[in-house]
Amino acid sequence: MSETLTQIWQNLQNIFAQLSTLYIPPEEIPAKLSMFQYPFVQRALIAGLLIALCSSLLGVTLVLKRFSFIGDGLSHVAFGAMTVATVVGLTNEMILVLPVTVLTAVLLLKTGKNRKIMGDASLAMLSVGALGLGYFIMNKLSTSANVSGDVCSTLFGSTSILTLSKFDMWLCVAMSMIVITVFVLFYNKIFSVTFDPDFASATGTRANAYNTLTAVITAVIIVLAMNLVGSLLISALVVFPALSAMRVFRSFKSVVVCSAAISVSSAAAGIIASIFIGTPVGSTIVVAQILMFVIFSIIGKIKSKG
Amino acid sequence: MADYQTQISCRDLRLGYEGRTVTEGLTFEVNRGDYLCVVGENGAGKSTLIKALLGLNPPLSGEIAFPGGLKAAAIGYLPQHNAVQKDFPASVKEIVLSGCLGKGGFQPFYTREQKALAERQMERLGITEIKSRCYRELSGGQRQRVLLARALCATEEILLLDEPVAGLDPKVTKEMYEIIDSLNKSGVTVIMVSHDISAAVRYASHILHLGPTPLFFGPKSSYVKTDIGKMFTDYAGGDDK
Repeated sequence: MSETLTQIWQNLQNIFAQLSTLYIPPEEIPAKLSMFQYPFVQRALIAGLLIALCSSLLGVTLVLKRFSFIGDGLSHVAFGAMTVATVVGLTNEMILVLPVTVLTAVLLLKTGKNRKIMGDASLAMLSVGALGLGYFIMNKLSTSANVSGDVCSTLFGSTSILTLSKFDMWLCVAMSMIVITVFVLFYNKIFSVTFDPDFASATGTRANAYNTLTAVITAVIIVLAMNLVGSLLISALVVFPALSAMRVFRSFKSVVVCSAAISVSSAAAGIIASIFIGTPVGSTIVVAQILMFVIFSIIGKIKSKG
Repeated sequence: MADYQTQISCRDLRLGYEGRTVTEGLTFEVNRGDYLCVVGENGAGKSTLIKALLGLNPPLSGEIAFPGGLKAAAIGYLPQHNAVQKDFPASVKEIVLSGCLGKGGFQPFYTREQKALAERQMERLGITEIKSRCYRELSGGQRQRVLLARALCATEEILLLDEPVAGLDPKVTKEMYEIIDSLNKSGVTVIMVSHDISAAVRYASHILHLGPTPLFFGPKSSYVKTDIGKMFTDYAGGDDK
């Protein structure tokens, strides 16, 4: 009994020793800051911030439509497609991953209309199915020497954001610009269709067309975001900023603006912190998002009392 | 001339979902300035009829015509509450403005005219003071006013109200009926779906009583003389609301 306690005590001491490595001595800061002159770090920042911005814009709509899990499901499908692309030996995996994910998104939202039988069950099935199949394919057929490393980096993003090529970054920039433009141009319609699809279609807005549009954009963002946080953590980018903003703000516009701000700032904080303390980018961003959520929850509590 | 006055004309409709008939042999007309109340049991096809009129669920057979040049896309609709709206962060102004969207086609931002229209409708329903408030924090009666203002932004020709007083307390219910009545008197055609037959008989000009086959369609004055009308109005008279 006392041995177990000693063991636990030693483990705790180890953990604290580990945590102290998170501390950066002041004299090392200039060296760390000099990291930012490297193009690959700059590329990671640009792509990361843009992806965070896009996912937070869409996140508000998805959360309000009760589609929070669509991000998760689609990202697993994208993971499955990615493994197939790797095994087949495509040099640019996007060629396969993007169309497959977009198609799944459209189909999911279409069946979402008559979801008597399917609904969340079909999403769960698709999600774990694609994940399992992807892992199976990778293990069985991959020619890579480091299968578990590949899987881990696809699932958790590890450092792949830091290995973006110039082309990857410009692809990210272009896609993000398209998403942001579409969102701004259709902002009012997206609001109307999200708030009340029946009223919107009754008064002549083509709600279905906008749902499909949302689905396609969601799929695009998810495929892009896989580079940043990996496919397991994408839902965090979609869900956290929107939920944090909703704790404090009460109108649609302020929630959208605030969640964009939260998302961009926690992505920046996460990427910078991960460089300083040497942690994986994706999970560091998610930790930043969680902290933001806690802060905003507290502000929301205080505000509603005061 | 009579044709011009007719806004909606339904002929021999058969309504249902996925081939399953809910109601059939439905023929009725709605004329400009009418106040038509659609009553009937649960499952008699009231909401199916609404979906058909709005073009969301086309009839299995029969014809819905809009002889007055009204478009299916130009009916001001007041839906029942949906689950999404319970925690939706949206200000009153944002919601009322969204009523203006249907007309515009592709149009990214609201025009000055649309903003003025929204202001006017909020004024009309007495919700100007609460226009910055959050929808989910409003009382049931205030919410219905907001949704009515939104519907009026879409059109001032014809309103389709789905159970507009469901869940409201008696005082607010009465206010709501008076608002609808005054809108009707100012020239807005009203189609109201309701359980509340006593109110239907008090305010409506026409009654459509739905069942597996339509039980009655006509002016209120004849409805109260029919057996079914008597049965319900006597019953409703008993617990006088």
